[in-house]
Amino acid sequence: MKAHTPIDPDRRRDLSMLLGILLAAIGGLLLWVFSAAVATDPGPRLADLALANMQRSGVSNPVTSVLLNYRAYDTLLELAVLLTALIGIWSLGSASAPFQSAGAVLRGMVAWVVPLLILAGGYMLWVGGHAPGGAFQAGALLGAAGVIMRLAGDASAGLPSEIGQRWLAVAGVAVFALIGLALIPIGGGFLTLPPSLAKWLILSIETMATIAIGTTLAAAYVGGRPPR
Amino acid sequence: MTAQFLYGGAGMILFVLGVWSFLVHDPLLRKLIALNIMGAGVFHVLIAIAYRGDALAPDPVPHALVLTGIVVAVSATALALALGARLDETPADERQPPTANGRAPDEPATRPAGPRGDNDAA
Repeated sequence: MKAHTPIDPDRRRDLSMLLGILLAAIGGLLLWVFSAAVATDPGPRLADLALANMQRSGVSNPVTSVLLNYRAYDTLLELAVLLTALIGIWSLGSASAPFQSAGAVLRGMVAWVVPLLILAGGYMLWVGGHAPGGAFQAGALLGAAGVIMRLAGDASAGLPSEIGQRWLAVAGVAVFALIGLALIPIGGGFLTLPPSLAKWLILSIETMATIAIGTTLAAAYVGGRPPR
Repeated sequence: MTAQFLYGGAGMILFVLGVWSFLVHDPLLRKLIALNIMGAGVFHVLIAIAYRGDALAPDPVPHALVLTGIVVAVSATALALALGARLDETPADERQPPTANGRAPDEPATRPAGPRGDNDAA
């Protein structure tokens, strides 16, 4: 391996200034394009279609109906991305040493905050049907509960054993895909939710997705294969 | 209209600042933060595009895209941080190629050809 020669600091400064000027020009161009695009009439948009069909989507929050009904495919693959990232993190080796055990004050706070986060996660999950909220927000709250537990000295961030974590992390993608496949013989097609069942299917998909997202985020924070 | 332009314009400025920081700074952590700032800029623009005037509800499709994007960004960042932590654990002379992943932001590093990739010519 050949040793690399350091760049001359003057040259380095010149280059980063040149880069700054170029990027300022690009930024100006982008702003001009954006202002021109905002000023003109956007024409027909998907929003009209999405809002018109919301009665049949099973939920009354337009964002949830896009995520879990019209574009359910996207959300399924998104859960797969989360799972892939977790597999990547686990494949890099075991987790680093846990933090030291929390003192009395922090332990007392954790004992309050973690149940509240779980409760708030459940609320977020339910409220996603008719107002801003949903599986990802709820999963983020559960993940935050795991991060707090890890910071307070719990080596596994409050998660079960490795085999349990595997099941929980896979649950979101698995339930989503199985429901999608089960809908094929009923009619429609893969992930085409029938309006009469849509609400309950979305709720069960979102519940499992919440658990999987919370587990994945907390396990990703641990940063390696679960400690034994 | 003005609010929409300010919000989207702020997003574009964030994006450009992120690109600049990504290209100029060597440490992996700073590049990662820069990448996240670029992503935040893109999310700003998507949220601004969703606005359809005060009379109409915002377009839910870009909102859903942003939600998807945040999750993908978080998981990619987590994976990159884990990779970076492993890189730190590896002794510098065993790495192939060497990277400046330490504290010193001005420590030069060998990098593939890019805007400042002319180390060998210097």
